[in-house]
Amino acid sequence: MNTATYQPGEHPELPPPVSERGALGWVRAHLLSSPFNIGLTLLSLWFLWWIVPPAIDWFFIDAAYTGADRNACRATAPDGACWAFVGERLQLFTYGFYPAEERWRVNLSFVLLCVALVPVLFDHVPYRKAGLIYAAAFPFIAGWLLIGGFGLTPVPTDKFGGFMLTLVIGVTGIAFSLPIGILLALGRMSKLPIIHVFSVSFIEFIRGVPLITLLFVASTMLNYFLPPGSTFDLLLRVLIMVTLFASGYMAEVIRGGLQAIPSGQSEAADALGLKYWQAMRLIVLPQALRISIPGIVNTFIGLYKDTTLVIIIGLLDPLGIGRASVADTKWAGLSTELYVFVAVFFFVSCFAMSRYSLYLERKLETGHKR
Amino acid sequence: MKVAKIAALAATLSLAGAGAGHATTLEDVQSRGELNCIINTGLIGFAAPDAAGRWDGFDVAHCRAVAAAVLGDPDKVKFVNATGKTRFTLLNSGEGDVLFRNTTETMSRDADLKLSFLPVTYYDGAGFIIRKDKGVTSARDLSGASICIQTGTTTELNLADFARANNIDYEPVPIETNEEARTNYLADRCDTYITDASGLAASRATFDNPSDHIILPELISKEPLGGAVRHGDDQWFDITKWVVNALILGEELGITQANVESMAARAGKNGDINRMLGTEGDFGAMIGLDKKWAVRAIKAGGNYGEIFDRYLGPSTDIGLERGLNALYTDGGIMYAAPVR
Repeated sequence: MNTATYQPGEHPELPPPVSERGALGWVRAHLLSSPFNIGLTLLSLWFLWWIVPPAIDWFFIDAAYTGADRNACRATAPDGACWAFVGERLQLFTYGFYPAEERWRVNLSFVLLCVALVPVLFDHVPYRKAGLIYAAAFPFIAGWLLIGGFGLTPVPTDKFGGFMLTLVIGVTGIAFSLPIGILLALGRMSKLPIIHVFSVSFIEFIRGVPLITLLFVASTMLNYFLPPGSTFDLLLRVLIMVTLFASGYMAEVIRGGLQAIPSGQSEAADALGLKYWQAMRLIVLPQALRISIPGIVNTFIGLYKDTTLVIIIGLLDPLGIGRASVADTKWAGLSTELYVFVAVFFFVSCFAMSRYSLYLERKLETGHKR
Repeated sequence: MKVAKIAALAATLSLAGAGAGHATTLEDVQSRGELNCIINTGLIGFAAPDAAGRWDGFDVAHCRAVAAAVLGDPDKVKFVNATGKTRFTLLNSGEGDVLFRNTTETMSRDADLKLSFLPVTYYDGAGFIIRKDKGVTSARDLSGASICIQTGTTTELNLADFARANNIDYEPVPIETNEEARTNYLADRCDTYITDASGLAASRATFDNPSDHIILPELISKEPLGGAVRHGDDQWFDITKWVVNALILGEELGITQANVESMAARAGKNGDINRMLGTEGDFGAMIGLDKKWAVRAIKAGGNYGEIFDRYLGPSTDIGLERGLNALYTDGGIMYAAPVR
């Protein structure tokens, strides 16, 4: 017992009681602060206990990692996942039907993509300016690498599939929908009637039609309108449709950002004598885009996941490859493994995008934090 | 259905608009150097990719036979994967030259969707699979059952007809793919699953305890599965039709993948064989091909019996008996017109 006496105002600052600090304090404050919260905590613990151990068992402990077919898996691991299926089909999941001897081109494109992303995503990297120029050229380099020609063996785009197809559609859609979306948003807010009407009708048309319909039109109906005999690469049609679709949504997200900028900002820009594009580039858009980041990334993630719809028109993304693979008698009945595997892939990609957007928001935060 | 109708309408319009001077399908295929063949996105035994990404299966083998006959190489096929909903539109819009996608021949598809059906390659019928411990032994006892059924198929319509005729009340559980049906059925979300008997057998083969499930004896519909081409190009129809016929005739006449080349080397005593393999007469020229068209078709994957045995037959995991699909000489109804 501390019996020391102090003059008023001289009492040293004591640490908070044990029950209010450290791990114990945290538990009390966050998990056990009221009878209702105690109940919720217990419920959550029970739920985790109920879900997590069996999931870990199924995923890792009871799982079979090797085996020639499903029966072999079941023999060694009757109650677990059969990852031998994914293992055997990993090449197919990754490259689709891309010819085996040319797959280094896919790998190289992926490495180049990662290199191109660094200067785009982060500020403080050496040679950023050169990096950005390279990033702008990347889609064309990758296009040449993947499709071939000019010295490389041509690979028809119907051989594309799996994760590679998802990345091709996703990256193209993301890279091109942002600039097109910005232009459409500016167009919609423009005072020039033709540009305004064009932008509004384009955006409303895109938003009024499901993506699946656009893809269907791209895959089958287009042939009715083109002159007989003319062919137009299916993947290219899909890329155009996906990009336009994402652009329509992007335009509205960015318009929301533009409208949040007080008109005083552009009036001030006018007063400084800045031209329209200068005012947009230097004053309005940087602010508008910053507050639109969550919406923009939301659209990106939506677009990325929508790439699985291409199965409707017969392009085999990872989900399509997997569904086709479980039609092999060797692996029939392993759809759980397939869906879990594809879900993990999409989760990793989408979670990374989401984290990056949070990082970007924090970096650009300049006083609007709530 | 609506989409298919619009597609058919548009096809008619484009045919009318294209007019004379439009290359035939054969010329298109030959100048492209590749056959565009519409297949399933994945169906056990009929179409599935192997680990290297090469498509294989009963339907796929027919695609390869056509490619071999027309282009001389069974690998010169571009596979166009179609769902149940897109298959006819893809064919009518010209994205595919021929359709081999376990498709039931019906009058409305033939006339309304403007398709020409090739000879039947698989006689099927819709059946039910059910757990033994439910104690049901006949489809007529299914009153009150929940039934998993694939939407947009002829089976869906046939089930409705069957239930009406037999006063059966049932609760439909709509599903999209065979794999989904399998999962739902095994999880007991539906009492029974109805689809083509071939599909049931294929699915049951991969159950953990196949013997716990029975396929009810009644087949409630006729599902003659076969290939199809667009209306409007009779030469192409003849080519594909006779390739299919040649495979069936091959089995009837004892021509196999192994012996077809030696049999075609010189004329033998059997006129039917000689005419088909091009050692007598020039029947290939009648369909715009050379004399050895049937030799290549059979060389690609064997005759009909060999294809059946390789992908669906008793030696495979699927283990289907020939049944109706045996030659007419063996008690089935496979009966191809002669080459003459």
